[in-house]
Amino acid sequence: MIDTNVYVSRWPFRRLPGDETAVLVQKLRAAGVVEAWAGSFDAVLHRDMGAVNLRVTEECRKNGNGLLKPVGCVNPMLPDWREDLRRCQERYGMKAIRLHPNYHGYRLEDAVTRELLSAAAERGLFVQIAAQMEDERTQHSLLRVAPVPLQMLPELTKTIQRLRVQVLNHPRPVSWERVYWDFCAVEGVRGLTELLKGSVADSLCFGSYYPFFLWESAALKMKEAGAEGAVLEKLRAGTARVLMGGTGR
Amino acid sequence: MIWDLHCHFSGFGGRTPEEGMAEVIRLGDRMGIERFCIYLGFGREENPSPAQMRTHNDEVLRALDHWRHRAWAFVYLNPNYLDESLREFDRCVKDGPMVGVKLWVAQKASGRALDPIIERAAAMQAVIFQHTWWKTGGNLSGESTPLDVVELAKRHPKTPIICGHTGGNWELGIRAVRGQTNLSVDLAGSDPTNGFVEMAVRELGAERIIWGSDAGGRSLGSQLAKVQGSTVPEAAKKLMLGENLKRMMMPILTAKGFRV
Repeated sequence: MIDTNVYVSRWPFRRLPGDETAVLVQKLRAAGVVEAWAGSFDAVLHRDMGAVNLRVTEECRKNGNGLLKPVGCVNPMLPDWREDLRRCQERYGMKAIRLHPNYHGYRLEDAVTRELLSAAAERGLFVQIAAQMEDERTQHSLLRVAPVPLQMLPELTKTIQRLRVQVLNHPRPVSWERVYWDFCAVEGVRGLTELLKGSVADSLCFGSYYPFFLWESAALKMKEAGAEGAVLEKLRAGTARVLMGGTGR
Repeated sequence: MIWDLHCHFSGFGGRTPEEGMAEVIRLGDRMGIERFCIYLGFGREENPSPAQMRTHNDEVLRALDHWRHRAWAFVYLNPNYLDESLREFDRCVKDGPMVGVKLWVAQKASGRALDPIIERAAAMQAVIFQHTWWKTGGNLSGESTPLDVVELAKRHPKTPIICGHTGGNWELGIRAVRGQTNLSVDLAGSDPTNGFVEMAVRELGAERIIWGSDAGGRSLGSQLAKVQGSTVPEAAKKLMLGENLKRMMMPILTAKGFRV
């Protein structure tokens, strides 16, 4: 199984069971995960993004014997963000970057977003966009952050050649060209079941959002939806391989 | 043994209560859930009129009809219509098959209008479930926080009361109810956030925690994960997943002659 959405380091507002990387690796291995794409919670609020990306690379190298694939972060509101992007690919060998537009203060409509996505696509990096980190109703009262509006995303993937995007932590995935999703935030007893009936099923990847969410949540949703056979295999790994390899929709 | 404290058939699909309830059972079987407590019909009136209350409860009675070996039901009441609520309690609980009370967002739990309802429910040892949230952006005008339920519980210190959702913002909710030992908390209806159950067990003890799903609005899987994926001892998980609820319900189930 490939888990496309895990984090290392510390969520700023509480300690989480599993936020020690060795424990995280143990949990993932016990669950049958053979590859996990790991961003860093530090990327949400830290401004020294060079250090964040260095640390996530080191954490993934030291723990798990290759289980963890580091995913760097680029904040285009910081000076010289292109250097962070360059290092992600050239120095750390990353295949993907993970963006937090709502915590970093930019919108998909902004010109700098197109610049960043274009630069990532030119380098062959795929881009994960974290649509939301926490339910607005439970956020710290001094740091309230709305979800990322995604209306512009189809236009961006349509007009930026080779751009591949995976949206994380979004409750309502839809079928858009070259846009993939995880289903950790899909809710309702029929939530995943209904998605699997439509064309968006081909763009769904397993992503647990562990350790912020219980790892078992996304796994039990697949059981609840009755996913089996080829459908289950695509959710567990097949679609993620397509996304990573850039050979998909 | 898994018993679900908090389930609404309306989110499961189906055009009728009977169809919705059949889906509850089908998915419950898939996920290993033995019993469900159901309340609210298809509507979501926050301040239901007496007629609307009755409609809700009639729909729940229809849903329950073929599934009395798998489900229990709570009567939906509105303290803003106290006389009608007491009559509805008698119709559905005292003289009917229901075994608990559901109070939602019509009036805050701190209000004294709830007292006669609590007293009548306590006399029958019916389960009392009060919804709470503690939203960062602010609650509905009649929506209780856990602090409101604490006020209620202090006025009825010998009556077990369940604080629904643990306030959603569980780090606040757990602290709020910690000292009021006749309050239990419901785990349902918030994101499957890691650490919720660990904090609840540490601060309240596993005996005061009851698992519920809030399905169909929530996934049974995401809600089961809160307990099944937690790092607490297996004995604590068993308490939360069913034994605590069974212990709370046994007096009224026994009095009504229900077999478990």
